Amino acid sequence: MIETLLHVALLLALPPLSLGVINKVKAFFAGRNGPPLLQVYFDLWKLLRKGAVYSRTTSWVFRAGPIIGLATTLAAGLLVPLTGAAAPLAFGGDVIAFAYLLGLGRFFTMAAALDTGSSFEGMGASREATFSSLAEPALFLALAIVCIPAGAFSLTEALRALPWADWGAARPVYFIAAATLFVVLLAECSRIPVDDPNTHLELTMVHEVMVLDHSGPDLAFIVYGGAVKLFVFGALLVQLLVPVSTLDLLPGAAAMVGGQLALAALVGGVESVMARLRLVRVPQFLIGASVIATIGVAILLYRGHA
Amino acid sequence: MLLALVIFLPALLGALAWLMRDLRQQLWLLVGTASAHLALTASFWLFRPSSVGFFLSLDALGLLFLSLMSALFLAASIYSVSYLRAHAEDDVAIDRYVPFLLWFLAAMTLVTVTQHLALMWAAVEATTLASAPLIYFHRRRAALEAAWKYLLICSVGIALALLGTFFLGIAASAVEPTPPLVLGALAASGKSLALPWLKAAFVLAIVGYGTKMGLAPLHTWLPDAHSQAPSPVSALLSGALLNCALLGILRFYQVCTAAGADAFARTLLLTLGFVSLGVAAALIVGQRDYKRLLAYSSVENMGIIAAGIGVGGAATFGAMLHAVNHSLTKAGLFFLAGNLLQTYGTTRAAEVRGAARRLPMTGALLVLAMLAIGGSPPFGPFVSEYLIFVKAFEANGWLGGLFAALLAIAFLGMAGVLLPMAQGKPADDGQKPEREPLSSIAPSLALLAAVLVLGVWIPPFLSDLLKQAAGLLGG
Amino acid sequence: MTAYADLILLAVLLLGVYVLATSRLGAAIRAVAVQGGLLALLPITLAARTSWDALLHVGLLSLGTLLLKAVIIPGLLLRTMRTANVRREVEPFISLHTSVLIGAVMVGVAFWMGSVLTLPRPAPATLLVPVALATLLLGFLVIVSRRKAITQVLGYLMLENGIYVFGQCLARDMPFVVELGILLDVLVGVFVMGIAIHHISREFDNIDTDELSTLRD
Repeated sequence: MIETLLHVALLLALPPLSLGVINKVKAFFAGRNGPPLLQVYFDLWKLLRKGAVYSRTTSWVFRAGPIIGLATTLAAGLLVPLTGAAAPLAFGGDVIAFAYLLGLGRFFTMAAALDTGSSFEGMGASREATFSSLAEPALFLALAIVCIPAGAFSLTEALRALPWADWGAARPVYFIAAATLFVVLLAECSRIPVDDPNTHLELTMVHEVMVLDHSGPDLAFIVYGGAVKLFVFGALLVQLLVPVSTLDLLPGAAAMVGGQLALAALVGGVESVMARLRLVRVPQFLIGASVIATIGVAILLYRGHA
Repeated sequence: MLLALVIFLPALLGALAWLMRDLRQQLWLLVGTASAHLALTASFWLFRPSSVGFFLSLDALGLLFLSLMSALFLAASIYSVSYLRAHAEDDVAIDRYVPFLLWFLAAMTLVTVTQHLALMWAAVEATTLASAPLIYFHRRRAALEAAWKYLLICSVGIALALLGTFFLGIAASAVEPTPPLVLGALAASGKSLALPWLKAAFVLAIVGYGTKMGLAPLHTWLPDAHSQAPSPVSALLSGALLNCALLGILRFYQVCTAAGADAFARTLLLTLGFVSLGVAAALIVGQRDYKRLLAYSSVENMGIIAAGIGVGGAATFGAMLHAVNHSLTKAGLFFLAGNLLQTYGTTRAAEVRGAARRLPMTGALLVLAMLAIGGSPPFGPFVSEYLIFVKAFEANGWLGGLFAALLAIAFLGMAGVLLPMAQGKPADDGQKPEREPLSSIAPSLALLAAVLVLGVWIPPFLSDLLKQAAGLLGG
Repeated sequence: MTAYADLILLAVLLLGVYVLATSRLGAAIRAVAVQGGLLALLPITLAARTSWDALLHVGLLSLGTLLLKAVIIPGLLLRTMRTANVRREVEPFISLHTSVLIGAVMVGVAFWMGSVLTLPRPAPATLLVPVALATLLLGFLVIVSRRKAITQVLGYLMLENGIYVFGQCLARDMPFVVELGILLDVLVGVFVMGIAIHHISREFDNIDTDELSTLRD
């Protein structure tokens, strides 16, 4: 019971902090003071208190988009172990559920964007669809690298079965899986170099243009949902690189929080030193990630044979 | 020690020629070295030299190709005298010709006298390095392009051959203790070699060395290089270098035979042989450039030889005999083509007419050599092609029929191009016969005479050697 | 140590894929240089520490590889690129996406072949055979799918790197045979010179030959 409560608490409370760390790191690289670490919390609180404006041309799809987006992301978050304990909803095959819950949320976000009938939102949705369809194979291949050696298709079990003692011999493939997951994280969470969360030039926006018409609590759900998504992907990466699952409950949770903050700092660093890719180059970046993950799977299968 | 001498003699004298600046001296050195090389080689017929370590040793197959190359080299050297004098005024790398030619000879000699497969590989690579500057003898764009293509394509081939050699090493590592990569030791290990690796090694060898040998579809460098190189070099490329590459494949084939994978190897050789025959026949018909025509004819003949070995049995003897016949005839043809090129200044067949009137000896020899290479009696190639045909027909009627049909197409294609060149009306009626220097005629005359003799009578010493060589190949 | 060997091999493979994916010539040359440098480390990680002699031998081989593959030849290529005014883009015949995807298929084929052809003696590192074959195939792909001579040399260099990796299987039994592979590097050097000449002669073609006849009495 206590594990579940801790898990839910971490999942609900921490995500905006990650965004705050990213912004702080970017400000540091730019030589500014930047917004306070907790600014995202303040923003969310402000948005939740406001009313929402709905265009008369929209339907229920537009209103459902942000809610379903947040709900599916939170549900996916219940499948990834955050501490040394199992994830609250862990079951055999939850890997597939994980990927498709995120897919469902994305689908409704895109549907909501199309529902506005605005060409800008439509453009954003089309780009999002292109990129996420290229990121999805990479995600699946990375998850396959994690699951195949364990022979388990539950994230909790697969991550527990990681060969920490024999890390040296198994390292290359997990390194590949982590790199691929990092690329997927950047693409799915609309970070540079795939997308720029701060841009407000419609021609280059991807995710931001898609949610342009949302306001008030809806926008708060979308921002919060984005933060949770980053946190969930981050949790997978941290689990892959740090032996969280071998620790006890509280040390595990502490390691997870530390890992998440370090990861957020890394994302902030990447955003500060890299330029955004031209739109036509993004598919190449994502295909590259898939190809690298394919190589990882090939190595695993090769080992299986030898 | 004689085996080491026959390699180092041209290599060192090549270095000496590099230091010389006088063309006349260089040419004397070239002809002298060629004669000495031939004399040494001839002495090997009487006293087979002893092996040097396990790096150098000479068997019947090596001796056959060594003698052939040595004889052709002397002919090419003599021909070079008139060729270089005629081109001394052009934009050519004149003082680099003799040294590179001698190093080329040294590298090719090493290919024939070693049975260490890694050393042989290095020697084949050395032939590429030594001959590429010779192809870029005429300083013009087309020659540069040909040399570049030759280098790139053959180097990719040679890299694959190295991989094949490595694979052979892996196959050998299944044996305890691991034998060195020497033919004898590998053959003695025979069936205990790792068969899948051996087969893969043979595939790589036939692709790698086959590129250099001009087996289709890897022949694309060959017509360019042969048509741009100076004629004596073309003769050596076609008559000697292709044989060296063939020898590379044959060494792998010998290992395969010892390991019981000869059926697999023969199928591959047969297939590639027929593909080469077909591609060459298709490209010979309607060819406009007579030097390219001769180059494609080399592809065709390499295909015949590969097919002959692929058929196996008595056809192996035919293939060996055909290697001899082809080298002698084709070298002669390239010398004659060189004479035509000097007089007419073009390699386009349509612009060469009435050669028989303007260059009587060249024209007459051209017709005879064309008949010979096309496989008409009473010349040598007829005998060897007939031997292969009969065996192919016995093995499979369709195979024999296809073989004969492709040969006929190639023959008609060659006749269609070369006969008008010799017999047609000269563009300018007033032209008198020109003087033909002895050194430009004598080599082809001698070679053709030899081919004629081989057509009616194979000397016993040669047929013994051919039989031994075919025996080594399981024929 | 073989864990490090596998790590190196993996990096070699990924660099090969990177060469296929990049559109900048300079980046491709540098990637192949890094590949060469990693290959120089390979014999050290695989060496059986039996004697000082063997160690010295391996050390010299590594040093030679490092100089040739990571310093001299890439340096020559970069210099040629600058002096001969080669365009700084890769100019492929097929799009970069397609070549990366074909490359992925080739890597798959290499791993399949590696698992079909089992070595009579276990390889010194698990990934040795598949990475060797994959690098070789990727090199092939670069040679046939790129327009420029300098990129073809780069592809040849990768092909050769693949053969070098494969040679490590034989290093214990036949060191002499493996070192022959270094001769291939000599060929590459000749190539680079060839390109230089090629471009120089192209430069001359642009100049009117009448202007070259001023030097006479």
